[in-house]
Amino acid sequence: MLMSNVHSKNLTKLAMTAALAFGANAATAEDPLKVGFVYVGPTGDAGWTYGHDEGRKYVVEQFGDKVETNYVESVAEGADSERVIRQLASKGHDLIFTTSFGYMNPTLKVAKKFKKVKFEHATGYKRGKNTGTYFARAYQGRYLTGLVAGKMTKSNVLGYVASFPIPEVIRGINAFTKGAQEVNPNVKVKVVWASTWYDPAKEREAAETLMLQGADILTQHTDSAAVIQAAESKGNFAIGYHSDMSAYGAKAHLTSTVHNWGPLYAAKVQAVMDGTWKSEDLWPGIAEGVTDLAPLNDAIPADVKALVAKKKQAIKDGSMRVFDGPVFDQSGKEIIGAGKTLDDGALKGFNWYVKGVEGQLPKS
Amino acid sequence: MDFELFTNILFATLRTGTPLILIALGEMVCEKSGVLNLGQEGMVLMGAALGFIAAVVTGHAGLGIIAAVLAGMMMSVLFAFLAVTLVSNQVATGLALTIFGTGLSGFLGAGYVGMAIDGIAPFPIPFLSDIPVIGKVLFSHDPLVYFSWFMFALIFWCFRSTRLGLTIRAVGENPEAANAIGIPVMKVRYGAILFGGAMAGLAGAYLSLVYTPMWSEGMSAGRGWIALALVVFASWKAERILLGAYLFGAASIMHLVLQGLGFEASPNLLAMLPYGATIIVLVIIASDAAKAKLSTPLALGRPYRPQV
Repeated sequence: MLMSNVHSKNLTKLAMTAALAFGANAATAEDPLKVGFVYVGPTGDAGWTYGHDEGRKYVVEQFGDKVETNYVESVAEGADSERVIRQLASKGHDLIFTTSFGYMNPTLKVAKKFKKVKFEHATGYKRGKNTGTYFARAYQGRYLTGLVAGKMTKSNVLGYVASFPIPEVIRGINAFTKGAQEVNPNVKVKVVWASTWYDPAKEREAAETLMLQGADILTQHTDSAAVIQAAESKGNFAIGYHSDMSAYGAKAHLTSTVHNWGPLYAAKVQAVMDGTWKSEDLWPGIAEGVTDLAPLNDAIPADVKALVAKKKQAIKDGSMRVFDGPVFDQSGKEIIGAGKTLDDGALKGFNWYVKGVEGQLPKS
Repeated sequence: MDFELFTNILFATLRTGTPLILIALGEMVCEKSGVLNLGQEGMVLMGAALGFIAAVVTGHAGLGIIAAVLAGMMMSVLFAFLAVTLVSNQVATGLALTIFGTGLSGFLGAGYVGMAIDGIAPFPIPFLSDIPVIGKVLFSHDPLVYFSWFMFALIFWCFRSTRLGLTIRAVGENPEAANAIGIPVMKVRYGAILFGGAMAGLAGAYLSLVYTPMWSEGMSAGRGWIALALVVFASWKAERILLGAYLFGAASIMHLVLQGLGFEASPNLLAMLPYGATIIVLVIIASDAAKAKLSTPLALGRPYRPQV
């Protein structure tokens, strides 16, 4: 189903500004920059789409009357998305953010027809003259939460509720495991693939399964907060993803890796206004504030908090990267030695587990 | 596989099957009266949303359940009015109900995303829950699981040996004939649709108040559709619905447990297991074509125009 929600700013305010502009006889009465967003889920999913919509709201806050933002939510990937993107482009939007992987080809197809419109596609790898790509280095947050989990586990078994074995998800598993292994070489990470991005009941059962098999700290790469709830009900800990999920389990929720798209979106809007926009591949993370952690639970010991702060600072100032060598694969084989680091290409193509992950990676 | 794991798998199986049983039993009664309501998913979501909202506002999860049942019934009244009174196309109306319910629940629930409530706690039955294994598997659930068994027994008995069951079936087989012998066809259909709505709303409450006490859009994740298919594959028999729902639940749980045990198989393949296993088993049971045809309500999906 497709729902179209057209968001406009305070109308009276807009009318007043227009009147003022007229009154002052300003020849430069500017039209607001029209920015469109295409979402794969509902804005109320408390996860991926919610985060992007928060980014949109940030843009509105920053630019006020200088922008007009519109969004279309729950747009299915594929043919339907092409129609929606085309519609936004033909309605005079100057900049369009398409926020799901499956919008990649439809975005490029529409971009070829609307050469004056700028497009930004999240999570993709294909660019064009007027199409850029962006994503967040969420794995940096994953690594930091891995440190917390490795330090705090008593059973030395961590549980990971995952969605589908694609590089993005495997990267998160590897970063989390690497963090945990660095502080606790005995720790194992068990992964259960729920084969869904979003099904609260199923995510909950996956969490229960992991706890049954000895995991005392859980984390997830699915969209709902069901994993946090499951941990809370059993008196275990959990680490969330996408947004601060502490409301679902005040005791269980240690922290979450969160996305903060606002500054990135605002920068892109500014670039279009200034005429400096160019097609590029942006992969900002903790240093840019696009990836961050939710507030740390008080249950986390002070020395662990200090360690997280130290490592976070090191990532921020560039003195370390998450996948600095030595990095070992599951069998213990050294993939890259000390003093070197896995490059972005390797990170974007992960199809193997690092040391510490249990079980075989399914071939997708 | 150790014993505790085994009991836990069985326990989780019953929990996973429960929402499917509630939806499918309601839809079965509805279809027995000759009405095909494809609006299950929308009614479930409305039940989940309004149930959650009522629980937050009043602070009582119990009131949330009542609100969810009423929400399901309200949605089904809308359907009944269109499909029975105005004799609209049932398939199109049902689909519209799902789309409407999905959208409206998202709209109404928007302010409640991210809130948490305590939900409905499990209620272990005294003494019975102390029995080893069986006590944990069967008698340590939340009240809605027991209620689903009660509804199963009630519906099973109703269609086996009551006049009401016979009346509903008569309306679903041949409404004209039923009308001729004085059965109020419209009223029976209204009643059956309302019952289906109430059960779907209850299933919604199960999701948002018991299973994962939260509201987020589209949280039923297709269970309404699975239940609809279940009714057909169970050839409109309550006992097969029970079997099918638990089979589906067991296979869903095994999909997750097997991975944790280090079972080397593609999770995509394992994810198909619930669908595959349930369909195969139920199709084998109903493999006698002649009998299967007999069990389909003859007037299913056929609008009935009252004769003047």
